[in-house]
Amino acid sequence: MFISLLITGFAIFVVLNVLPYFKGVGAWIDRRLPIFSFLLDHLSYYPAPKNLNIWYAFGALAMVACAIQFISGIWLVMYYTPTAEQAFSSVQLIMREVPYGWLVRYVHSTGVSLWFVVVYFHIFRGLMYGSYKTPRELLWMSGVVLLFLLMAEAYTGYVLPWGQMSFWASKVIISLFSSIPVVGNDIVVWLQGDYEVSGVTLHRFFAFHVVGFSFLILAMIFLHIIMLHSVGSNNPDGVDIMKHKDRNGWPLDAVPYYPYFVMKYIPIILLYLFVFFVIVFYAPTFFGLFLEAENFERANPLVTPLHIKPSWYLSPYYAILRSIPDKSLGALMMLMSIVLWLFLPWLDLSPVRSMRYRGWMSRTALITVVGSFVLLGYLGLQPAVGWYLVMSRVATLLYFSFFLLIPILSYYDQDYVVPDRIPER
Amino acid sequence: MSVKTPENMGPVDELKRSLLKKTSVFLGALGLAGIGVPLLSYLSPNRSTREAGKPISVDVSGMKIGEQKTVLWRSKPVWIIRRSEAMLASLGLVDGKLKDPDSDVAQQPVYARNEARSIRPDFLVLLGICTHLGCSPTYRPDPKSVDDTWAGGFYCSCHGSKFDLAGRVFKNMPAPSNLEVPPYHFSDENTLVIGDGGA
Repeated sequence: MFISLLITGFAIFVVLNVLPYFKGVGAWIDRRLPIFSFLLDHLSYYPAPKNLNIWYAFGALAMVACAIQFISGIWLVMYYTPTAEQAFSSVQLIMREVPYGWLVRYVHSTGVSLWFVVVYFHIFRGLMYGSYKTPRELLWMSGVVLLFLLMAEAYTGYVLPWGQMSFWASKVIISLFSSIPVVGNDIVVWLQGDYEVSGVTLHRFFAFHVVGFSFLILAMIFLHIIMLHSVGSNNPDGVDIMKHKDRNGWPLDAVPYYPYFVMKYIPIILLYLFVFFVIVFYAPTFFGLFLEAENFERANPLVTPLHIKPSWYLSPYYAILRSIPDKSLGALMMLMSIVLWLFLPWLDLSPVRSMRYRGWMSRTALITVVGSFVLLGYLGLQPAVGWYLVMSRVATLLYFSFFLLIPILSYYDQDYVVPDRIPER
Repeated sequence: MSVKTPENMGPVDELKRSLLKKTSVFLGALGLAGIGVPLLSYLSPNRSTREAGKPISVDVSGMKIGEQKTVLWRSKPVWIIRRSEAMLASLGLVDGKLKDPDSDVAQQPVYARNEARSIRPDFLVLLGICTHLGCSPTYRPDPKSVDDTWAGGFYCSCHGSKFDLAGRVFKNMPAPSNLEVPPYHFSDENTLVIGDGGA
């Protein structure tokens, strides 16, 4: 510990003192590979609206969450073995025998839940301030795709420890494909690579989790940021800051990303990490929400746990699936509950972006869809009986009514006048 | 509270700025070390690997004179060779052709730093890994079996390094030093413990 501190300190000292002699090297490289000017353009000179509030930190936090998953994930793969015989025990090896293995694994399992927390807040921010409206339609759609990829990544990862919940969750989700007419059952066998969820299935889930989806997520995040930086950030007032620029083309209502927002986000990131590690050290299972007790038992194809429930971040979709008393329609609506968001930029007909200047109708619609989503999330973790089932049917109806009503409500709503410039408060 | 603008802020407090900068660098380094310790420790051998790397006991009672026995200790080959009187006599004859005849380089525990490079001259214990690039040399006890002046020893087929019957390297060989002697002791007359030098 002390030695590594000493070495780090010495390395920083050397770099700080030697760096000035290599000033020309950076420029030499940059002329041939414009990596430094690229970073400066996007992390420093990027014109950010001056009124960005704390809601805008969730995008940066999502990147931090992604980095944490990648680092801890690489470390986990060093010991994890993706076979039906060894998967469960290799996770136990990591937890009990490998130095700090418990820490790396709990960071990874806590990391996914907090990533979803951050992403859901990030999406809510977009809904609240109308970040999906023109010219940011593709940006919004890439975000919906990212949510879908994140869910696929989380699901394939959830199967890997090969505990009871891993096994039965993978079985339930794969069975959804059997609702496809005619070829459904063949597709299930094809996806499983076996007549039942087995070690073959586990191994391909491993491939998708570690290489496939994670690579797609990285690529999509890159595109997401490229799209954001080419059209510019929206802001809490929904004002188009590009309309008023100074002689140099700098938007009058913008400040450079560094130092204003980098410095603002650093303490927020530290706060995030603080909460993160309080959970990792004191409540890694988070009362059964982040890691379920049933999953500490090895997968057994002969015994289904009494109460199957999905991870909390997938439970709203699961509640929708269960509330519809028809297999094919249930699976379809579960899919539609995400796909429909792709069309939001064209369903919302209001000329105003931010809820700050929208009337009561749009606000009610937003509260309804968010409220029913949260309610569905709660109900998805409860057994589908009695009042729980009635409630989830009501919540499902409310959730989907948003997509039907938003064109009407946003069209007839009494909006306020949006100021031309970001108002001084 | 009045708003601070570049006009009314006054001169830059360089001392404060430098203090803040150094504090940030120090705390950042502390954070990196905090991340580094678990991530780097994770890479070192885990508890089951360390458990598997514990000393092993070998029964040498049935070994014939001149016989070689190879055992695995920490996944590496360890040779046990019961040397004859003739083999031990050959050690003194090749001294002049050796790079390090007196075992000055610390390739053996102190109790094996003698001409026979062993605790008991009749039993040679060596790590069967060439000090050049890690191949495992072959035991060639028969005189003249490798070349005309060969008095018996170990020959590495990878790059041609030659060692005598105490694992000492000959001059002008690719291998830089004598073969390594692992820590060992005899717990009784016939039981060899490899990996532990004893009390």
